[in-house]
Amino acid sequence: MNGKMIKQYGRWLVVSLGLLCAPLAGADELIMVRVHSTFPETMTTLQEVIRKQGYTVSRVQRVDVGLTKTGYKTAEYRVVFFGKPKEIDELPSRYPKLAAYLPLKVTVIAERDETLLVSLNPILLGDFFLQPELKKTFAAWEKAVRNILDRVRMEEEGLIK
Amino acid sequence: MLRGHNLMYRILLLVVIAGLVQPVQAAVDGARLYTQNCAACHGAKGAGGVGVPLSLHDFLDSISDEYLRKTIRLGRPGRVMPAFRMLSDDDVNAIVQHIRSWGHKPERVHTAPVFSAQSVKGDALRGKALFAKNCASCHGANGEGGAGTGVTMSRPRNLPILAPALNNPGFLAAASDEMIKATLMKGRDNTPMASFLKQGLSEQDINDVVAYVRAYERSSGAKTAEVLTSESAVIVRESPYSVEETVANLKSTILGNNFRLIRIQPLDQGFVDKGKENKSRIMVYSCNFNFLNEALKVDPRVGLFLPCRVTVMEHKGKVLVMTVNPKRLSAIFNNSELNRLCEEMSKIYVEMLEEAVL
Repeated sequence: MNGKMIKQYGRWLVVSLGLLCAPLAGADELIMVRVHSTFPETMTTLQEVIRKQGYTVSRVQRVDVGLTKTGYKTAEYRVVFFGKPKEIDELPSRYPKLAAYLPLKVTVIAERDETLLVSLNPILLGDFFLQPELKKTFAAWEKAVRNILDRVRMEEEGLIK
Repeated sequence: MLRGHNLMYRILLLVVIAGLVQPVQAAVDGARLYTQNCAACHGAKGAGGVGVPLSLHDFLDSISDEYLRKTIRLGRPGRVMPAFRMLSDDDVNAIVQHIRSWGHKPERVHTAPVFSAQSVKGDALRGKALFAKNCASCHGANGEGGAGTGVTMSRPRNLPILAPALNNPGFLAAASDEMIKATLMKGRDNTPMASFLKQGLSEQDINDVVAYVRAYERSSGAKTAEVLTSESAVIVRESPYSVEETVANLKSTILGNNFRLIRIQPLDQGFVDKGKENKSRIMVYSCNFNFLNEALKVDPRVGLFLPCRVTVMEHKGKVLVMTVNPKRLSAIFNNSELNRLCEEMSKIYVEMLEEAVL
């Protein structure tokens, strides 16, 4: 290996190490899925799937209403809130700050004739709330969110019914 | 002897079949991995969306597999594309193969270009002047790239691609000097990136520009790569008032901060029967539409934390007023353009909370 090559690899190594040490966002902090279906169909399936997973849809928030009222041309955009009644009742009693992150939610964004589903990965809440007993809850939420989003995608693609 | 030959032929046959099967297997896995990890942003067939389009032939013809691999692995700090550190090398290779499958042009066999890792010799100072004249209008005065995330919703897609941030450490680690040079020499059809040879630059001029771009590695750190850090994910204050009084205070504070009150509801509304809600846990939703528009233009995914919300709740005889901390959450979007807005929103939340408990 000559001096020039050492310099090249050294530069690559320095940049790579810098990138690995920096507080970068990893790919797993947001859970995102693209659904090959229109927005209304996806919205219906999403709410059905959330219920099938044992969660309650508490509200669907329109975000685009306010936008269009101010003259902003935008595609359809909703936030779907969901959770388990028992958890919504009990968790804030023990962990009051967690209330700021409840209920769970999925953002639904139309993109032409496809739809994007985006959710915060609940496992990330483990970085915010350090109580070890919460880890199990966050892991269960992560699994549920992944299942819900994957299921919506697969149902809309006809891979499962 | 014959048996020996037979055995040899069988082994050879297995090797050949394995060789044929392997790429098919990789393609299948690549498609699955792409769907799981990339399609949400880049589109099912690489047409782009939140992320840049990947299936443009001229783009695929001008980037190496190594560039794609490093981009997947390291991402673009602060520029939306996250770092996929959890994928194995085989996973990354399979995704790259899958992306490559879009590059095949019917009229010719497509091969991924390979670029030497050698530095391009050039005068960075001279390159700086050439960059300002020829590149800065698209790539920014300091190579910070085009604004926005490229999603259909918030930006009319009159351009097929956003100018990449050349000063981003992820780009600099992924792109070799020779690759940058080749892009400058040839340009990319169907994108705004022109051939600068055809635009009148000499090869030495182009080398100088490459040297200037490479010099970003030595600068103190690109703004585009900044990720905000904050100690707490929740902004919380204690109120000396009752829940009802605190909510009333919040309403006037919200209006005083030019936010529109959207609704006030118990935290468990929709989870319990009507009339049985817990009135000591209240969510107050509000919105500043100009702010909302600005945030959604930068990154449509921020809807995850919209509309703005303050929670008021009684806990062990105390009344707490709290919100999520946008400054802490900005990091998860990996979008440095959101930093200013998240900092601003954190300040507004603090002001609202402190006014409500005064």
